[in-house]
Amino acid sequence: MSEHAHSSSSSIYLIILGALLCLTAVTVGAAYVDFGPFNLIIAVLIATVKATLVAMFFMHLRHDPPINAIIFVSSLIFLGIFLLFPLIDIQSRDRVVPYGLRIQAQPAAQKQAPANGAAPAAPPAAAEHAPAH
Amino acid sequence: MSAETPIADHAAAHSAEPAFRQHHFVNAEQQFSTSKLGMWLLLATEILMFGGLFVGYGLMQSLYPEAWVAGHHHLDRIMGAVNTVFLLVSSYTMVMAVHSASTNNKSKTLWNLFLTLGFAGGFLVVKYFEYAHKFHDGLLPGRLFSYQGGGPPQQAMFFGFYFAMTGLHGFHVLVGMGLIIWIMIRAKSGEFSSAYYTPVDLVGLYWHLVDLIWIYLFPLLYLVS
Repeated sequence: MSEHAHSSSSSIYLIILGALLCLTAVTVGAAYVDFGPFNLIIAVLIATVKATLVAMFFMHLRHDPPINAIIFVSSLIFLGIFLLFPLIDIQSRDRVVPYGLRIQAQPAAQKQAPANGAAPAAPPAAAEHAPAH
Repeated sequence: MSAETPIADHAAAHSAEPAFRQHHFVNAEQQFSTSKLGMWLLLATEILMFGGLFVGYGLMQSLYPEAWVAGHHHLDRIMGAVNTVFLLVSSYTMVMAVHSASTNNKSKTLWNLFLTLGFAGGFLVVKYFEYAHKFHDGLLPGRLFSYQGGGPPQQAMFFGFYFAMTGLHGFHVLVGMGLIIWIMIRAKSGEFSSAYYTPVDLVGLYWHLVDLIWIYLFPLLYLVS
């Protein structure tokens, strides 16, 4: 049992809570400043620091047998793979039918758009390649 | 652990056998770490379940960034931040409950679990007001989207992700509240001590995961720009 984890004074938890609240204030503050495309990256980085603090201290990973951390981190690695490959796929396609054109059923607009473009055989093929949602 | 437990130790453990130890475990310590290992496996599956939604979010955000920015302007940052604070503080009270249970402090365990329950309830109340506002404005997923204020049509998809992600998370908060009540009832009857507080620890792990997911949901949904 992680006796040494719990016997270490509980004041560390209060310090961690303070850090988490400060980081929340920082992330809200950063959202009001325009860093262009970096806003999302900064927000995710701060969230990752917060998540690491929660996992290490509140979830006791710091004192646990390493197998628990291995399970946790490997689930995150697989999530990264899961995100990476569809992202490469969808970003490397020629074109994707805009979502609004399909659900709002505007046949006239949909037929004119490809006619102006250079690809005559595009509409049925592109519709099949579009994401299902 | 098990590898370094000779027969003599095994016999000694039997002579001073605690009532909570199940017969298929070598000793209480092995029982505790096995339970924790199982809990972490459950948490990994939870991460992968939410993962599907996060991946969908990432793909669609990369395709329609302008719809994401337009959609997030309808979310209230203040309410989102208040809910973040509620969950972070509830995580603190939860870890204090685990700490109290592991140091034989029954009244402090109950008190901290009660506070955790209160913050979880506060989270759901704020969520209720947010949802009510979106229903009123017609900011609903997909076909149900009936907002008349203009903006990119893909906002309907943003709200699809908003409701799916916060809905699944909110359901986890509800389940967590149920688990906390169950733990409170068991703590009240004096089941836990420094020798055995595994259920408190595991419910704590579950509760921190709920907090962990919200730590990502808050910036991704409320702060994209």
